[in-house]
Amino acid sequence: MSNLLEVRELVKQYGDYTALKNVSINVPQGGVFGLLGPNGAGKTSLIRIINQIILPDSGSIFFNGKELVPGDVHLIGYLPEERGLYKSMKVGEQALYLAQLKGMPKNEAKAQLKYWFDKFEIGDWWNKKVQELSKGMAQKVQFIVTVMHRPKLLIFDEPFSGFDPINANLIKDEILQLRDEGATVIFSTHRMESVEELCEHIALINNSEKILDGKLNVVKQQFKSNLYEVVLKVEQPKQLQKEIEDKFTTQPSNLAINDKELAIKIKIDKNDTSNDLLTFLSSKGELRHFVEMIPSVNDIFIKAVNSHRNG
Amino acid sequence: MDKLKLIIKREFISKVRNKTFLVMTILSPLIVIGLGVLIGFLTKLNQDSIKTIAYLDESGYFLESDFQSSPSVLYENFSGDSFEIAKSKVESNEFYGLLYIPRKDSIVDVASNVQFYSKKSPNIIMVSTLESLVEGRLEEERMKQLGLDIKKLNNSKVSASIQLSDFLGEKSSKLINGMKIGIGMSAGYMIMMFIIIYGAMVMRSVIEEKTSRIIEVIISSVKPFELMMGKIVGTALAGLLQFTIWGILLVIIGVIASSIFGVEPVNLEGVNVPVEQSEVMKEVASNEAQLIFAEIMKLPLVTMFISFIIYFIGGYLLYSSIYAAIGAAVDNETDTQQFMLPVLIPLMLGVYVGFAAVISDPHGPISTVFSMIPFTSPIVMLMRIPFGVAWWEILISLVLLLATFLIIVWFAAKIYRIGILMYGKKPTYKELYKWMRY
Repeated sequence: MSNLLEVRELVKQYGDYTALKNVSINVPQGGVFGLLGPNGAGKTSLIRIINQIILPDSGSIFFNGKELVPGDVHLIGYLPEERGLYKSMKVGEQALYLAQLKGMPKNEAKAQLKYWFDKFEIGDWWNKKVQELSKGMAQKVQFIVTVMHRPKLLIFDEPFSGFDPINANLIKDEILQLRDEGATVIFSTHRMESVEELCEHIALINNSEKILDGKLNVVKQQFKSNLYEVVLKVEQPKQLQKEIEDKFTTQPSNLAINDKELAIKIKIDKNDTSNDLLTFLSSKGELRHFVEMIPSVNDIFIKAVNSHRNG
Repeated sequence: MDKLKLIIKREFISKVRNKTFLVMTILSPLIVIGLGVLIGFLTKLNQDSIKTIAYLDESGYFLESDFQSSPSVLYENFSGDSFEIAKSKVESNEFYGLLYIPRKDSIVDVASNVQFYSKKSPNIIMVSTLESLVEGRLEEERMKQLGLDIKKLNNSKVSASIQLSDFLGEKSSKLINGMKIGIGMSAGYMIMMFIIIYGAMVMRSVIEEKTSRIIEVIISSVKPFELMMGKIVGTALAGLLQFTIWGILLVIIGVIASSIFGVEPVNLEGVNVPVEQSEVMKEVASNEAQLIFAEIMKLPLVTMFISFIIYFIGGYLLYSSIYAAIGAAVDNETDTQQFMLPVLIPLMLGVYVGFAAVISDPHGPISTVFSMIPFTSPIVMLMRIPFGVAWWEILISLVLLLATFLIIVWFAAKIYRIGILMYGKKPTYKELYKWMRY
C-alpha cells in the first residue's frame, strides 16, 4: 500500500523550545490514521506544518510522492482544534468564501454547499449570521466547510469536541463515509475509545518525539502481555486459586461470579501458548470464560508515554 | 492573486455592511457641520451681549468724544464723581468695569497709571482696545505739548504694501502663501486621520479573526501575508469610499446649512466694514482672486497630486501593517495600548512639526529632516511640496519610505504570522523580538 503522506525528519524549534525532534510518519493511502499524544507533545505543530501554516526548521513532507508545495492546500481539508467562524457574517456567504479560498469555483462551491446543507438538513441557515447559531450548529457548518472541497487528505483535530453524542455520531459516520469514498483521514484526539473505533493506523508523539507508530492491531500485539482472563467452575475455588497462583503470575479479576466459580487473570510465559494454558485449565474444571487481554489504546498510550518519560 | 482579491472583497464588504460604519458615514458630516454652526452661533451670541464700561477721568485730557460707544461696548461717563462713588456705582449697576484715569504731573505718568477695575478678569481684546484708546489720546496731547503739528504728522504717514514677484517678473499674491499652507496642511492632516481611523480598523479586524478563532482555518488556505495585505487593502478601499462620501456630504450639508442659517465666513469674524471701503476691498479682492487663480495654476499641481497619492499609499501601508502586527500580537483591544503609543508619536510629531516648522520655514533644516524620515515624511513632505521642493529631495524621501515600508512589512508579517496563532498571554516587546527570529 502506498503512502499518501510521508513526513521525514521534521524539526521545529521555537526559540529554545523544541516542538518537534526528527519526527517521521507515514500515512498510508485510505483509512483513518490516529495521531495521538499528551497535551503539548507537538501534535498541533506537526499538523500545522502539514497544513503549511508554519514552516519546519528542517525536514520534508511528501504528498502523493511529490514534495508538498503551497499550491497543494486545496488537497487538504483541516478542522483545527481552535476553530471558529466570522460571527457577523452570514453562514452561506461565509461557507462560499472559505470554499473559494480553497480554490473552488463559485458555482461548484454553491452546488457542493447545497448538497451538504441538505444532507445535514440545515438549508434554512443559509442567511443566518453565525452569532445566531448555537455552538453545535456552528460546528456542523465548520465541518461542512472542512470537507466540501473533497480533499484527498482530511485532518481533524479533536473533531467531536462541542458535539452532543447524537451529532458526534453523525459526524463520525460522515468521516467514515468520506474514508470509504477514498479520502485519507488524519485524526488527532484524546478520546481513546474513538481511536479504537476508527483508526487503522496510529502514531504516538510524546515530548516532541514520535515514540510509536504502525498498524493498530500490530501495535496491540506488541503491547500485549500474554494475560488471559478466565472463569472456571470448580468445587473448591479457593484451593484452585492457590494452585494457580503458585504456578503463574496472576491478577485479580472483576468479573461477576457465583461461589462455585473462580475468576482470575493469568499471565503466561512468552514461550507458552494459549493452548498450553487451555489444556492446563480444562483439566482442573469446567472452563466458562477464556479471553486474551488485548491492551486498549488507552493502556498503550499510558504505558508508552510513561516508559518514554522514564527513559 | 485570486485569493487576494477574494480577501479584499470580503474585507471591503464586511466593513461597508457594518452598522457602525454606515451610521458614522452619515452622521459624521452632520456632527461636523452641526458643531461649526453651533460655534458660529455662540460666537455671535458672545458679540451680541453689550458690555457697559464706566470711565472716570481726573486728568482732564479726555473728551466724551474719545469714548465712542460701539454695538458691543457702551461707555458711561462718571468723571464728575469721586473714585469711591464711581466704583460703588459700577458695582451696583453691574457694569463690566471701571476705567480710572488719575491726575498726574505729566502725560507720561498718567499713561502708566491708568487702572481698570472689574469684577471678573477682563478679556484681553477689551484691555488692548482700551489701551490703544488711551494711548492714542495721550499721544495727541503729548504731541501738542511738544508743539508738533498733528495734521502735518498725519499727512506724513505712508502705508507700504510690498508686491511680490519672482525673478521672471511674474507677480504673485501674498495670500498664496496662506493657500499653500492650507493645501499642505489639509493633505498632511488627512493622511494622519486616515491612518489613525483605518489603521485601527485593520487592527480590530485582525483581533476579531483571532478571537473568533477562524484564523487557523483561513491560513490553512492562504498565506498569512496575503491575508494581512488583503485586510489592509480592503479596509483602505472602504475608508476611501467613506472619505469620499464624507467629502460630498460635507459640501452638500455645508451649502444647505449656510443658506438656512445665513452663516457666512465674513459674519463669523464679526467685521463690520463701511460701504465705500468694502467697494475698494472688493476691487482689490477681485484682482487678488485673479492673481491667486493664476498662482494656483502655477503651483506644482501634478507633482502635488501624484506625490499625495504616493505618500498616501506609502504612509498608510507602512502604518497599517504595524497596526496589523499589533492586532496579531494581542488577544483583545485593551492589550493594544502599550503598543499604540510608539505608533501615534511619530504621527503626531509629523503633524506638529508640520504646523510649527513648515509654516515658518518650509525649507529649513527641521522641515527637511522630518520630510525625509519615513515615519513622518508622508505628512511633512506633503506640507512642503506646495512651496516647491527639489525633485531629488522628493526622490530620496520616497526611496527611504519605500525601503522602510518593505522592512516594516516584512517584520510586521513575521509578527503577524506568529502572533495570530498565539493565545493566552499578553506579549512583551522582548517576545515580539523573539518572534521575528523564529
